[in-house]
Amino acid sequence: MSTASVPLPAWINYGLIPLLNLILAFFFSGLVVWAIGESPFEALQLLLVGALGRGEGIGFTLFYTTSFIFTGLSVAVAIHAGLFNIGSEGQAYLGGLGAALVALAMDSYVPWYVTMPFAVIGAALFGAACAAIPAWLQAKRGSHIVITTIMFNFIVSSLMNYVLVRLLIVPGKMAPETRTFLPGGQLPKLDWLIAMFGGKIGAAPFNFSFLIALVMCFLVWVLIWRTKLGYEMRTLGISPTAASYAGIRYSRIVMITMLISGGLAGMMALNPVMGASARLQIEFVGGAGFVGIAVSLMGRNHPAGIILAALLFGILYQGGAELSFDMPGITRDMIVVIQGMVILFAGALEYMLRPSIVRLYQQLTGK
Amino acid sequence: MDYFDIFISILGSAVRLSIPLLFTALAGLFSERAGIFDIGLEGKMLASAFAAACVAYWTGNAWFGLLGGIGVSIVFSFVHGFASITNRGNQIVSGVALNFVAAGLTIVLGQAWFRQGGRTGQVPPEGRFSSIVLPGADMMRDVPIIGPLYANVISGNNILTYIAFLMVPISWWVLYRTRFGLRLRAVGENPGAVDTAGISVAWMRYRSLIVAGFLCGFAGTYLSIAQSAAFINNMSAGKGYIALAALIFAKWKPVPVMLACLLFGFLDAFANFMQGKSLPLIGEVPVQIFQALPYILTCVLLAGFIGTARPPKAGGVPYTKER
Repeated sequence: MSTASVPLPAWINYGLIPLLNLILAFFFSGLVVWAIGESPFEALQLLLVGALGRGEGIGFTLFYTTSFIFTGLSVAVAIHAGLFNIGSEGQAYLGGLGAALVALAMDSYVPWYVTMPFAVIGAALFGAACAAIPAWLQAKRGSHIVITTIMFNFIVSSLMNYVLVRLLIVPGKMAPETRTFLPGGQLPKLDWLIAMFGGKIGAAPFNFSFLIALVMCFLVWVLIWRTKLGYEMRTLGISPTAASYAGIRYSRIVMITMLISGGLAGMMALNPVMGASARLQIEFVGGAGFVGIAVSLMGRNHPAGIILAALLFGILYQGGAELSFDMPGITRDMIVVIQGMVILFAGALEYMLRPSIVRLYQQLTGK
Repeated sequence: MDYFDIFISILGSAVRLSIPLLFTALAGLFSERAGIFDIGLEGKMLASAFAAACVAYWTGNAWFGLLGGIGVSIVFSFVHGFASITNRGNQIVSGVALNFVAAGLTIVLGQAWFRQGGRTGQVPPEGRFSSIVLPGADMMRDVPIIGPLYANVISGNNILTYIAFLMVPISWWVLYRTRFGLRLRAVGENPGAVDTAGISVAWMRYRSLIVAGFLCGFAGTYLSIAQSAAFINNMSAGKGYIALAALIFAKWKPVPVMLACLLFGFLDAFANFMQGKSLPLIGEVPVQIFQALPYILTCVLLAGFIGTARPPKAGGVPYTKER
């Protein structure tokens, strides 16, 4: 009998297999570290201490985590409806424009908590707008969403380049970025949260958008598992023909799903733009959209899993940065390798170990 | 005459810029026609550019560099195949993963080996593919119209450029006139039928990926040791995705692939030329428009406004034998 159809208990499916895949990914990353003549164990230790050792490190880790939660949710929502949104990167980038425009318009008049809801809406709207055309092309014209969202990453990149270099740049300055937002356009740091655990946040840009991210996790959970719309999305994702027989309108669900997905990606911009640098900078997304793919895969498209996976990647990002200071032989790009390995083993090769685990399980349980 | 000279020089650089696109798009043609989506073209190109630069730097021989580039590119193809054919993983996820691995690994290894911030060492002249002056180029130069075209566009390119254009009819012949090509296309349209005929779907797809890796190796080699003299961080800079766009724009056919690559290369060259210049009547055109144009055109095409782009039917679907 084939091993693919044998049901496995949840703790193996959602616990053991992802864990083993993760270990494999780290093993191969360790090989790379070893190959360039550094000790993998020492590197791992430096990485963990750098990410979690001090309050400031934790602050940075959680700052990265925040971005990855947003992009991870964005990818996950689309995957539930069977859509692969590879354009979170571009959607987040355009979302930054939405957030920045709100902040620039309001920051000198009102305090941050008045600006914030508008900025959230602005970021989400711009992000959703970026997803709207690929969604429409998929829903109505049958163009493959993976291809169109990739194209839109580049289109948005060119557009933002134009907007920043020509329109929003501060006259007389060289750097293509907007002016610094006043406190009314900034999100406050969550230093009290770190202080609660006895740490000092230092220069870490850990900010209020973390709480927004957690709220979004809850809302996504409600949406996917507790609403009619979420049910329709999941039906479409599992079987488009069944969805069609059940009277679920394909193009409607595709459009709504992608708009939500784009909106979540857009909100990611709140974290770096309004929370950290207090201005809109060129290429500020820096690959977080693609990390979202890994986060969503690792987290099995569930908000709880996504928080954990985002934390893992946050640790990698912050730890990797510290590591490159301590071990000059290793550059910051080592985290890109690890990321690739995680996507490879936890994503593309997720079924590799399954047959042997099924066989082992059958032997052990005597079935 | 002045305008003509400018046109010729833009055309020359358009040809040079389209070569990596052409190799990569042809690579994508083989794998996608066999039903394997290959988002990892970008990563393969980057990895092979790095490998070619390293080998050429150490051996001082451009052909060894090319072999190195092709070898690494085929290894990446095998990983993609192992994930998406043998283990029936998601092809897009696998491609994304390979892009990450290539982007990170080239910098990490480059820094470890050369200590120049991710650059490789300067490749010596004999380790590069230099430009070839075709016979009669100097003599022809003074002939109006044809002369400059021959001397500046057709002559004076490196050998890889000519190989690239040679690959177009070869690819066409292989895909449409050989048994291998017929089976390859069949495996991308209806793998079940191929399986019924007693041909291994997995092995066919692996072979298509090997061909793709082979062609992509040329693209990377061109970037690092023909167009420049070293590997630079992220030197593929999204060209793999433009090639993917060109492949779709050409509706998965070899000759249109060449035309699409030339068009996108021309847009790139034109954007470089237009930097900071202004057109009569319109005024200064933002260069970003030219940068975005290949992607916009591809989306418009995909929307079905310029004919219909019909991808291979079994593209992106792992093949599972009936149980």
